[in-house]
Amino acid sequence: MVRVTTFEDVTVIVTESLSKRFPRVTALDRLSVDIGPGVTGLVGANGAGKSTLIKILLGLSPATEGRAEVLGLDVATKGAAIRERVGYMPEHDCLPPDVSATEFVVHMARMSGLPPAAARERTADTLRHVGLYEERYRPIGGYSTGMKQRVKLAQALVHDPRLVFLDEPTNGLDPVGRDEMLGLIRRIHTDFGISVLVTSHLLGELERTCDHVVVVDGGKLLRSSSTTDFTQTTTTLAIEVTDSDTHPDGTRAVREALHARGVDTQGEAGGLPGAGHILLLTATGDETYDLVRDAVADLGLGLVRMEQRRHHISEVFTSSDEQRKEAVGHGG
Amino acid sequence: MAVEHSPATPAGDRSRIHDIGYRGYDGPRLGRAYARRSLYSQSLRGAYGLGRSVKSKVLPMLLFAVMCVPAAIMVAVAVATKAHELPVAYTRYAIIMQAVISLYVASQAPQAVSRDLRFKTVPLYFSRPIETADYVRAKFAALASALFVLTATPLLVMYVGALLSKMGFAHQTEKFAQGLVSVALLSLFFAGIGLVIAAVTPRRGFGIAAVIAVMTISYGAVSTLQAIAFAQDSTGAIPWIGLFSPVTLIDGVQSAFLGGSSAFPGGTGPSGGEGAVYVVAVLSLIAACYGLLNRRYQKVGL
Repeated sequence: MVRVTTFEDVTVIVTESLSKRFPRVTALDRLSVDIGPGVTGLVGANGAGKSTLIKILLGLSPATEGRAEVLGLDVATKGAAIRERVGYMPEHDCLPPDVSATEFVVHMARMSGLPPAAARERTADTLRHVGLYEERYRPIGGYSTGMKQRVKLAQALVHDPRLVFLDEPTNGLDPVGRDEMLGLIRRIHTDFGISVLVTSHLLGELERTCDHVVVVDGGKLLRSSSTTDFTQTTTTLAIEVTDSDTHPDGTRAVREALHARGVDTQGEAGGLPGAGHILLLTATGDETYDLVRDAVADLGLGLVRMEQRRHHISEVFTSSDEQRKEAVGHGG
Repeated sequence: MAVEHSPATPAGDRSRIHDIGYRGYDGPRLGRAYARRSLYSQSLRGAYGLGRSVKSKVLPMLLFAVMCVPAAIMVAVAVATKAHELPVAYTRYAIIMQAVISLYVASQAPQAVSRDLRFKTVPLYFSRPIETADYVRAKFAALASALFVLTATPLLVMYVGALLSKMGFAHQTEKFAQGLVSVALLSLFFAGIGLVIAAVTPRRGFGIAAVIAVMTISYGAVSTLQAIAFAQDSTGAIPWIGLFSPVTLIDGVQSAFLGGSSAFPGGTGPSGGEGAVYVVAVLSLIAACYGLLNRRYQKVGL
């Protein structure tokens, strides 16, 4: 499939054998990658070179060798022009506690070059879009982590950039907050028309959000392809059923019923509590779903769960050594 | 999750404000110079607590009042007694009030820079069109301007009072102008010292303590040494000792070139040649502060 990498005739991000060496470490090692419009995930363990790449792309840190372009502008010479049309949300806390979200974002809008009236108007719009309402007039110090993340996102979007860099936006959020943030990231592209480069060390959460995933490890490009390519080859289906009086072990009954219909199942790996009640099977098409539904219904059992278990992107790391794999962790 | 709505929202959905569609921005982007000016005005206002909480307005406003009240009283006395000269020279005023000025620098320099470092707001600035030098210049200029307002306003009060009591227009104007040059130099110099110290520490408390230490303790130590030198009749050493504290440096410059009378013991201010050393010292220290700030922020980066 030929991927569209241009937006108004401009590839959003291009790097050509981009390297960054520090006296003791090589942060980026001949990284060549093209990134088009849409939501792109940049995945790697801590220290894989994600933050270094963002710094170079913002024109704040010169590359040791190679070149890079953002929105068709060379990072080495057009840093200021890039930063005018790009938003950046850092990984760490960056908000002063003693001012309100409105005051802070208005100030940041002006720092991006917006005239005072436009800065106020865009701030009100942007805070509403990220989901901050009445609380935006209160000092940031009293906000929850989720609200602070929204303010950080708002300051990156307030000047209506064409591209935003989001560095670990789901860090420190609870599962609900994480889902909301991922939904918001999706909307930044679908509703706002802004391209997104989002970093994470958790692979699972990116496969739901991103159109495209770039995996870096030790400063090298491990893989770059669309999310569907990563996970489409096979779809694993996880099912869980209730027990009944006639079938005290519902899981076993379903396994046998499915086996009789020619579908092999396996138990979920890992000794997690409840893992024994989950059956994994390979879905070959829509008929597999029907087959499972019918098999469970015939046995008179309740279907508690039937969900797609896409292959985790973490599997691309299997070639790396064990230690790295552990550092990367398994998201989802 | 992803809620996609067109701008034309169905009637029943009107209460949900977030369904208004996204609007882009096609207006002007005013770039670096505008951003630098915005940062300057925001920092200058912040130095007097404007646009900040009521609590943070108290100290700068109080110090401003403390700076101006003695000038107002002097003017009142001079007018009432029909004096021909103000009791205190324009150039002496800032030296007399040096403790107040030092306290102001100590409280506002950390406010200007330590907050951005402590709460790691700095990367948000540098991910925008402005660069290190813009940030440093805006902050430097803002604190220097705030100090100039603090030190020049009482001089203005004295000048207006002097003119009202008809004390020789030409003479007063000349002395007032010299006073303004002196406090302008003082503002730049003190702002530089305060910012460099504050930029090293993200902790506001340490910043305040360090600025007070450098300003006040050095002044106390230098004054004591000068007094000892004076008591031992080694007056030649007095001007050289004066090079080692910010307040006495300014004193030396203005007594050598700006018609001020020195506050050094016995009035033994620096001579012409020694005065030149003072001027060079002050100017190179201002430049050094600017350079150090730039280097400091180059490192902070993202």
